[in-house]
Amino acid sequence: MKKSIAVAGVLALCVGLMGCETVQPWQKGNLAKEDMAFDPDPLQTRFAEHTYHSKEGATGGTSVGGGGCGCN
Amino acid sequence: MVSRNLAIGLIVSALALSVGSATAQEVGSRAPSFDLPGMVKPVRFADFKGRVVYVDFWASWCGPCKQSFPWMNEMQAKYGARGFSVVGINVDQKREDADKFLVSTPANFLVGYDTTGKVAEAYQPKGMPTSFLIGADGKVRAVHVGFKDSNREALEREIESALAAVRK
Repeated sequence: MKKSIAVAGVLALCVGLMGCETVQPWQKGNLAKEDMAFDPDPLQTRFAEHTYHSKEGATGGTSVGGGGCGCN
Repeated sequence: MVSRNLAIGLIVSALALSVGSATAQEVGSRAPSFDLPGMVKPVRFADFKGRVVYVDFWASWCGPCKQSFPWMNEMQAKYGARGFSVVGINVDQKREDADKFLVSTPANFLVGYDTTGKVAEAYQPKGMPTSFLIGADGKVRAVHVGFKDSNREALEREIESALAAVRK
């Protein structure tokens, strides 16, 4: 019983893996679109982060560990 | 134990299947033929028989491709008369995207539109742009991924040596 469940699981995994499709380098047109970027506007992000940090009173709140003394 | 081995085997084979079986073109292998619609007339690999061909896979969304165009124009102008041709194979799914790119970045060489990606599948470029320098014997002499201005000299030397090999 246990064995047949295991075999069924493996088969399901195999079927699932076969569905994986590698995006080829020449198919990345859609991925290269601006809308697909994590950060579509770096300048805007920088500005928003600056505001966020000054409001929180911390330095590098999203990336660098800081004390929040407001001294740098 | 047997079922465990079986499971591992199945997973490995499933992974292998999912990755795909097409093999990349390597130095020394025979360059796959192509026949693509072009800007004015079809671009056929057979038409370049006996010439050194620089097949460049490019896309409108690729930054380094834009950088490579002036250089490819230069090479076409410099070595065209000596039996050298640049063939740009565009891999955009929509031809309009490529044509828009070509308005701002003119190409003074032949451009073929591989909208279905068939030729790209045969050549397996590893990135955009990827170029294949094909000797007059129809064999791949060099493969180059990406384009930087610092690559210019080395690439030109490859072209020169390919042309020198023809005359021998």
